This record gives sequence, structure tokens and C-alpha cells, in this order.
Amino acid sequence: MKSEMDKLIVSSSPHIFVKEDVSYAMRQVIYALIPATLAGVYFFGLYSLWVILVSIISAVLWEAFALFLRKKPLNILLDFSAVVTGLLLALTLPPKVPLWIPVIGSGVAILLGKQVFGGLGDNFLNPALVGRAFLLSSYPQIMTSWIEPIHKIGGMVSQASPLTSTATPLAIVKLKLTGYQLPSYWHLFIGDIPGCIGETSALLLLLGGVYLIYKEIVDWRIPLSYILTVFIISLLFGKDPIFQILAGGLFLGAFFMATDWVTTPLTKKGKVIFGIGAGFFTMVIRLFGIYPEGVSYGILVMNALTPLIDRTIKPRKFGEVRK
Amino acid sequence: MKNFWIYVKNGIFKENPVLILMIGLCSVLAVSVNVQNAIGMGLAFTFVMVFSNLFVSLLRKFTPHDIRIPIFIVVIGTFTTIVDLVISAYSPTLYKALGIFIPLIVVNCIIIGRAEAFAYKHSVIESIADGIGISIGYVWTIVALGAIREFLGSGTLLNVNIIPNFQPMRVFIMPPGAFWGIGLLIALLKWVDSKIRR
Repeated sequence: MKSEMDKLIVSSSPHIFVKEDVSYAMRQVIYALIPATLAGVYFFGLYSLWVILVSIISAVLWEAFALFLRKKPLNILLDFSAVVTGLLLALTLPPKVPLWIPVIGSGVAILLGKQVFGGLGDNFLNPALVGRAFLLSSYPQIMTSWIEPIHKIGGMVSQASPLTSTATPLAIVKLKLTGYQLPSYWHLFIGDIPGCIGETSALLLLLGGVYLIYKEIVDWRIPLSYILTVFIISLLFGKDPIFQILAGGLFLGAFFMATDWVTTPLTKKGKVIFGIGAGFFTMVIRLFGIYPEGVSYGILVMNALTPLIDRTIKPRKFGEVRK
Repeated sequence: MKNFWIYVKNGIFKENPVLILMIGLCSVLAVSVNVQNAIGMGLAFTFVMVFSNLFVSLLRKFTPHDIRIPIFIVVIGTFTTIVDLVISAYSPTLYKALGIFIPLIVVNCIIIGRAEAFAYKHSVIESIADGIGISIGYVWTIVALGAIREFLGSGTLLNVNIIPNFQPMRVFIMPPGAFWGIGLLIALLKWVDSKIRR
């Protein structure tokens, strides 16, 4: 009889437990980023692996430091959010940055982007993008020096030595640089082009993004509305729409940064508005701003507007009469 | 005389105009790009603050209640004009660096605020004490912020290079750096406050 009684657990709700917690979701994001990360290391050489590792390790150490200061238990580290922040920050850095750049960047991301507001769930901006924005405005030269990929797909070995500086496709178009050849759609899609470590390969980012959507970690509305908006606006302004969505960090931003649970609206309609707004601000910066690329600032602006969106678009309560 | 020092001390931490009352932030945030500008702004502010408190207090018995604000502005504007002309005559570079923020002392909410909330209701000696205390609070805050921003944003202090090969974080001499710096200062003051209270 005793064994029968053991099966009867008397407790308050909730009674059904699922394994999907924050830690699980963060690990899925990391798995989804692995192909693009490996591609970045393959294209830009082993040094970029060091950048990624330093970024992740320092992000975790900064998080531990902040938790120590706030007298919080260190097992919060097991939610893997610091690892994701470090990885995402590293993927938005140029391949040849000195190694102290990711240390400072992840410090700003974790301390000023996340922990000052009370840790994961209370930050109103995407921490990795805060770190990147800080680095971009602090060290503009380091953050905009790019290299040609070491390896190219399809047998076409790059003529230039790997260390020579070059320009990203978006910068070539924006600043009307001469002497550079614009990569074809195929190369933009595969990713063997100059750019940040993890942003170049649209194919592998799409793969990771679709995996996350399949696992229901991210909502498909934000990436879709974001990319569609960029497509439509570039069509309206007579730019090459396919080039505009494949070049730069749009896929990385749309699938992995604009879909952060904490800093995006809660409702479905709000998510669509978020995507459209991010696409709008991205294109405003790309077309009229001083920077060639606007994905990170576009997402940050919409992060800041998220509370407004949530306040405006409230779901109708069950049984509420439509006005 | 005992009250005198109490009122002086009041403005330094307990009613620090920038970090506790959080008024007059625009000049603090805009000018504190380096220590030199911060000191210049601090001195200009101190002069106007102390004399406006003095004269508002002197005139408080003759000031009709309904039109007191225009009268405060006239008093403050007089001293601001003096400071404006003196700085432009003796230190043109500082004058250029501080730019519009010298004439804007006229509408600095700290000075009007103290005139309205303190000098209009207190004796001359007390008003001077309050002006001195508030000024000390303002000066140490703006100089501390200027030091943080100059050190992190340019790698120097009073234009002297401190650490060789330091890569300055340019964002700290831009507006976002000012907000981060003042946020950190406020947090620091709150932290010290909580330690003292315990």
C-alpha cells in the first residue's frame, strides 16, 4: 500500500511540468548559432575563434562578478544567458579585433546592458547590442576594419592577402567605394564575403533561425516582418532588395537579436509592429544615416519602444465587449 | 553661526542639486566633457548662485509675491551677464568651450529653485550659506563627472596623459557617456548613503 500512496502527490498547481525553461531555450539558441559560428571561423581563420572564446568567457566572468556584487546565487549562471550574450556579441565583431575588445564589450553588455537593471528579464535593451553599440561608438576605427575571407567556397581563392583591409558590401554601396568588386548573390548567401564574424552567411543563419522557429523558441512574425520590411523599403527606394536583405547583419539580427524574449513585445500584433519598425529604422540608417549598416541600432530603437507597443496593443480580455 | 555650517553642509550631499534633487542636469551633462570645462562651469555657477541668493534674500521684503519670478530672473540675469562678459574677456577659449551654457545659467533650475525655495524665505546669512553649500555640491559633482568622462573618453586628466597606450572609449565624451557617468555617480552616492545609514 505504501508504494501506492507514494504516487499520490498532494501539491498546489502547476501540476504539469515541461522541460522548456530559460536554460533550455538559451541552449537551443546556442545550438542554432553553431553552424554560422563555425562558418565564420572557417572563413576568417582561427583567430576569430579566439575572439569568440574570449567574448564568451569574459561575459560569463562579468556575469559572475555582477552576481557576486549583487549578492545573488552563482547558479543563475546556469541559465546560459551570459554565454548567449557573449556569443552574439562576438558574432557582431569584425574578425581581426584585438582581444581586449570583446572583454570590454561583454563587460558593458553584461554590466551596463543587463545587470544594472536587475539581470535577465529586467533589461530593456538587448545586452549584446548594447555592447556592440558601445564598441562601435568608442572604437570606430577598430570596429570598421574588415578583412577578406581566408577560404572561399567554389574554388575561387581570394587574390588579396588575408590581412589586407577591405570593405563590406554595404559600405561599398553606401560610400560608393571604387576598386572593390561587389560579391554576387551566391557569395552573399553563402557568406564568404568581408563582414562581422557571424553575420556573413545568410544560409546558415537562416538554417539556425528555422530550427529555432521549429522548436518554437522564437516567433516567426518578427524575422519575417523585419526582412519583408527591409525588402519592400529597398524596393520603394530603387535599391536592389535581394542585395539589401542578404548583405550586412540582417539575418543575424532578425533571427537571433530581434527575437530576444525580454526586449520584444508580448502580443502577436506587437511582434509584427516590432519587426516592421526595426526594418524601417534599419533602412533609414542604411539609406540616410552615416553608417552603412543599421541593423543593430534599428533593433535597439525598437527595444526602447517595446514598452510603448505593449501598452498600446493590449489583448482583448475574454468576454470584453469590442468598442 | 551654527546654522551657517548646517546650511553649507546641506547642499554638499544631503540636498546635492544634481545627484539628489536631480535638477539643472543639462549644463552638467553637456559641459562635463573634461575637467577644465567642468571647473570653469562650476566657478561661473558658484558666482551666480551665491550672489543671486544674497540679493534675492536682501530684496525679499520688497518683492511683491505675484511677480517674484521675473524679479528673480532679473537678479540672476544680472550676475549671469557679469560672468558672461568676464569669461569672454579673460578666457576666450573657455568661453568658446562652454558656449551657450554660460548665458543659460539664467534659466538654470537650481538657481531659480534655490531663490524660490530658500533665499526668498530665509535671512541673508542663511541664504549665502545655502548658496555656498549648493555650489560646492554642484562643483564636486560636475568635476567628478568631468574627471570620469575625460579619463575614460580621452585618457587624460586636466589634459595630462595618465596611462600610456590607453585606448580611450570615445563614447564617454559623447552624450551617452554623460548619462552613463551620472548614472554611476548617482548609484555610488546611493550606495555610500545606504552604508552610512546602516
